Order: sequence, then C-alpha cells, then structure tokens
Amino acid sequence: MTATPVLALRGVSKRFGAVQALTDVDLEIHAGEVVALVGDNGAGKSTLVKTIAGVHPIDEGVIEWQGRQVSVNRPQDAQHLGIATVYQDLALADNIDVVGNLFLGREIRRYGIVLNEVEMERRSRELLDSLSIRIPSVRIPIASLSGGQRQVVAIARSMLGEPKLVILDEPTAALGVEQTAQVLDLVERLRARGLAVLLISHNMADVKAVADRVAVLRLGGNNGVFDVRTTSQEEIIAAITGATDNAVTRRASRTAEVQK
Amino acid sequence: MSIDKTSSARHAAVDAPGAAEGAVAAVDPRLLVQQEGIAGYVTEFKRKIKAGELGSIPVIVGLILIAAIFTSLNSNFLGPGNITNILVQMAGTGLIATGIVFVLLLGEIDLSVGSVSGLSSAIFAVLAITHGMNNILALVLALASGAVAGAIHGFFFARVGVPAFAVTLAGLLFWNGLMLQVLGPDGTINIPSDNVVYKLEGYYFSDVAAAYILALVAVVIYFWTAFSQNRRRQQAGVPARPVSDILMRTVLIAIVAFGVAIIFNQYKGLPLAVVIFVGLLVITDFVLRRTTYGRKVFSLGGSVEASRRAGINVTVIRITVFMIAGFFAALGGLFLASQIAAANQGAGAGNLLMNSIAAAVIGGTSLFGGRGRTWNALLGVLVIISIQVGLGIQGVAAPIVSMVTGAVLLATVVIDAITRKTQRSAGRA
Ligand SMILES: Nc1ncnc2c1ncn2[C@@H]1O[C@H](COP(=O)(O)OP(=O)(O)OP(=O)(O)O)[C@@H](O)[C@H]1O
Ligand SMILES: [Mg+2]
Repeated sequence: MTATPVLALRGVSKRFGAVQALTDVDLEIHAGEVVALVGDNGAGKSTLVKTIAGVHPIDEGVIEWQGRQVSVNRPQDAQHLGIATVYQDLALADNIDVVGNLFLGREIRRYGIVLNEVEMERRSRELLDSLSIRIPSVRIPIASLSGGQRQVVAIARSMLGEPKLVILDEPTAALGVEQTAQVLDLVERLRARGLAVLLISHNMADVKAVADRVAVLRLGGNNGVFDVRTTSQEEIIAAITGATDNAVTRRASRTAEVQK
Repeated sequence: MSIDKTSSARHAAVDAPGAAEGAVAAVDPRLLVQQEGIAGYVTEFKRKIKAGELGSIPVIVGLILIAAIFTSLNSNFLGPGNITNILVQMAGTGLIATGIVFVLLLGEIDLSVGSVSGLSSAIFAVLAITHGMNNILALVLALASGAVAGAIHGFFFARVGVPAFAVTLAGLLFWNGLMLQVLGPDGTINIPSDNVVYKLEGYYFSDVAAAYILALVAVVIYFWTAFSQNRRRQQAGVPARPVSDILMRTVLIAIVAFGVAIIFNQYKGLPLAVVIFVGLLVITDFVLRRTTYGRKVFSLGGSVEASRRAGINVTVIRITVFMIAGFFAALGGLFLASQIAAANQGAGAGNLLMNSIAAAVIGGTSLFGGRGRTWNALLGVLVIISIQVGLGIQGVAAPIVSMVTGAVLLATVVIDAITRKTQRSAGRA
C-alpha cells in the first residue's frame, strides 16, 4: 500500500475517571480500504470511534489526517475534515421525521435561515433510492421506524456530507439477513468510490466478507493488525480473546506489516 | 460490479413486474398516502386516533364543551362583548405561555416567568411614568430586562449545569424581590389612558374595515403560501397535497377569521391586543417549524446527544430559548399591567405562573420535550380564561375557579400520558 493514510492514530490514550479505556493505540486507514476494528465487549472500540469523531477528545497521542497532525475536539472538527460516523447508539432525534434527521445540523436553506423542505425531501428520496433503502415514508418520525430502518437511515445520513472516511460502529448488529447484506453492499460501494471505511463488528463472517485488514483491540490496547486474505478466522479470534499470544499471532501481524 | 448484481436482484424481488424502468421509487407500496377528499380525512383521522396522535383535538372538544355549558347557564356567554373580553384578556397570559412552549420543547421548565413579567411592568412604570422617560424607550428596556433575566437563567442552566427548575426557582424569588425594590414604597403606579402600555389592551381599531381587511389578508396569505409550497413540491417531483385539501383548510380558516371579525365589529372593533398576540404566534410558529433555529430546538427536545453529534451548539440554543421565554414573560407582563392600568406589587404573583404553564400544556405541548406548537398556547389560554370568565359570570368564587382549572389541567396531562402510552405501542413514542 502506498501514499499517506487518510487517517492515522499514533499512541492514542483515553481515560474515563478510573477506567483507562484506550492505551497507546495505533491505527492507519487508507483511501479505498475497509479496515475492520474488532475486539471483545468493552475492549474500547466505541471509545476509539468517539475520539476520532470528536465526541471524546483524546488525552494523549496524535491524530494525523492525510499526513497532517490535527486536533479533533468537537464533532464539527471531524465533520469538517470529512469524517462521517454512524454510532452504535444511533443518535437520531426520535421526534423529527426522516428527512429532518438526514439533514440534521446541515439543513438546506433558503434566504439563509428558512428550511428548504422541498429540496431536502427531494434529495432524501434520491439518496435513499441510490442506496436501495426502503422506508414507509420520509415524513414520519424516526420513532415509528424499526431498528433496521433506523440503522439504514443513520448510514444514509453519514453519506450526505461527501465524507472521505466513514466509521460504522456495529452497523449490522440489529439487522436481519437482507438488511445486513444491504449494509455490506453499501460498504463495498463506499470502498469502490475510493472512501476509507472503518467497520466495527463482532461478526467474523461480515468482517471476512468486506474488510481488507483487521485491527484487533484488546483491553484498550492494540493486539495486532491482520490481512484478511492471509489470516484465518481462528487467528483473529485468538488475538481478540488473548488466548494464544504466541508465534502464530506474532507472525501473522508481522506478515501483515510486511505486506503494507 | 456487485452493485449491478444486487440492484437488479432487488428490483426483481421488490418491484412489481410491471413497474416502469427508471421510475422514481417515490411510491413505495407501504407508503402512507392520504386519500383525496372527505374519505381521506376520515381514514387519516381514524389512523391518528389509533396511533394516539390526538394533538389539539382534546382541547378543541374541551372548548366546545365549555362554550356549550356556559351558554346554557347564561346566554350572554357567547355574546360579542364577552367573547371580545375573553380574547383580549387572554393576550397577557397567552404571551407568557408562548415563551413557556419554547422551554417545554426542550423538555425543561421556567418557573420565573411570573416574576419576570411583574418586574417588566414595574421597570416600565418607573421609567416612563415616575421618571418621564420616552415611552417607547421604556418599553424596549422593560422587554430587554426579560431577555436579560432569561439569559442569566440560560447561562446557569446551559453553562454551569444547574437544573432549569432550580435556576428559575431562584429567579422566581430574586426577580420578585427586585420588582418590589424597583416599585419602591408606594407600591402602585397607575398607567394613564394616553400611555402606550395602556393601549396594548385598551386600543381597538373601531373602523369596521380593519377587522375584515385583516381577516382577508390572513386568508389570502395562508392560501398563497400553501399553494406556492405545493407548486414547488410538484416541480421538484415530491408528493404534494391535493389542491382540494388546501382549499378545505383555507375555507376553514376563512370561516374562523371572518367569524371572529364579525363578532369584534359587533362590539368595539378589532382589539390591538389580539392583533399583536396572533401576529406573534404566526411568527413564532414560523420560526419553530420552518427555520434552522426551530429545527435545532426540536432536535434538542428529541435527543440532546444526537443534536450535539450533529454539530448543534447546544449551549447557545438553550440560552436563547430561555431568553425568548424571558422576553415573552416581560411582554405578557406589560399586557397584564395594561389590563389593570397599573403596575403594582401583586404583579406576576398568584396563579399567573401556573396558568401560563397550564395553558401551554392544556393546549397540547408535551411536558417531555420535542412536541408542541406555539398555537397550543392560544388554545390552552382560551380554555383557562373562558373558565375564569364563565365562572365569574356565574358569581363563583375564586377558590372554586382555581379548583376547576386544576382539574382541567390534570385531565390534560392524563390525556398526554395516555397518548404517549398509545404512541409507544404504536411505535411513535
Ligand atoms: N462515557 C464513558 N464514561 C466512562 N466510561 C466509559 C465511557 N464510555 C466507555 N467507557 C468505558 O470504556 C471501556 C470501553 O468501552 P467501549 O464502549 O469503547 O467498548 P466496546 O469495545 O465498544 O464494547 P462493545 O463491543 O460492547 O460495544 C468500558 O470499560 C466502558 O465502561
Ligand atoms: Mg461498542
């Protein structure tokens, strides 16, 4: 792999009171690449996502965006850089309709402050169509959608800002078979467009299906980066659980490094 | 390449075989489309009842009941004089309730509005009457005092993180004390009839044409905005309302507008107080439902975390909402002073605070944030003032009025709670 990564984390740490959620984490994501971030419950995946997205600023370490060191202290900082995030806890406003949620925080306006509902609705339909997303109406409140429908709305929402990096925190966890396939299709489409994707998942089948590389977090720290094509599922699981911190995993991470 | 495969596969799976190629998928089979005409309204109405989206229906039913009961007791209740009195009297409390709607939309509460309204009337009276300051300047300063008080509440709530009810409870005590201080030892300052504040509730456009022209302008503007909005929707290729629907609503609005105009003209003419109150309701409704600012207020009421992550400046919105509540409290205070033609030590005390909050809630604004409109303030205050005036005509004593108002409020929040339960089971929490 060539060129500078779109996003690079170097030695990132984050602490919540008594909990050291992240310790000295490194991570690199390139354009046109899907990196899966895996790890057991509480490993710090969601926390890592939130530091990149500016929800929880980092305590220590460096975030580099396209080779340049940046500081991401607010969600707006991440948005301006071109980072779009779909959170595990979705962050949609239940009382507002689908169109309103898609454009929340970046409404299309007329005369500076008046909402251009017509244009937002037209673009919403266009966007949902282009992603083959079907919901009963774009004008009903989010509260009346199913969990899967909310998930695809949240993903569609992340696509509106023309991002360079899309972060998906367990996007398929609550989805049915058909919707899961749709989301994975979506991920491949993003990669085909040259976007970088950071995908968090507990589902090894999903990871194997769409990811190029797998980064493992364990107890808030790095536990290896693997090339999906040359690594077996067992090796990845071993790294996640920490059951076998042995020559196999070390070798696998070494070969992954060499191939870069 | 996988793109083509999946999309064509999905085409086969979902679309009807006859579906035209490249047709905009705007028409999903499960789309909630409203049928045209009366039948459409009936099905839509049934769906809303089932889903627990009662909105303003209970309060409108309540108003009809109130009118029927009091008219049967005294046929003068619906006379032009009495109706005009009710509509003028409601402006003060209604304006305060309008500000409360903003705060309730955030899911918060402002307990200081009564005291702030009293302070505003005291500041105006002392500046304009005791010190002879220019009336308009004094009025602006009085309104500004409300906004400043609101900004202080907002700061402690949004920046320092003190619960809103605690901050505004402190405000309730503090601003009341400040009002007494400002008024000084005399305690009462009368407002002469040539004063601008006296005119707020005392002035009527006695020319018959005024009420009719205003009604006509309102109907035309409503029709024109609805119609042009519809045309823009059609041009953009998104579903539009049937024209029959727009016509039906316009006719309904015309009936109400001209009906009220006729009643006004049978008495003293069009009251300035009603023009200002309704005008501000139109403006605030527009701000809340059609501007980015209003969208942010609703989004905060739905989910603070979602708003924060969407890049909305939560602190700024919270502070400005409390400023709006303070401003409307101050304005309402001037109307209430106009009603009694004086600023006195009792201003802003008694049931005023509870009545304004009750008005917003009775009108259909949710206590839980994120649902409501400023028009709710009008409907709610209409209920409260009608009960007060109606019982007053019957010679019922104030304690009973208080008890009846309390019972109505309880009934409303019970309906709100039941509605929310129904909505949860219908998936619209
Ligand atoms: N806002 C917070 N305040 C305090 N502690 C937190 C906070 N967010 C996360 N943590 C802690 O940080 C650790 C990592 O949590 P995180 O949510 O990142 O795990 P995760 O890898 O996403 O797990 P899961 O697979 O269950 O989603 C946990 O111990 C958690 O309790
Ligand atoms: Mg998580």
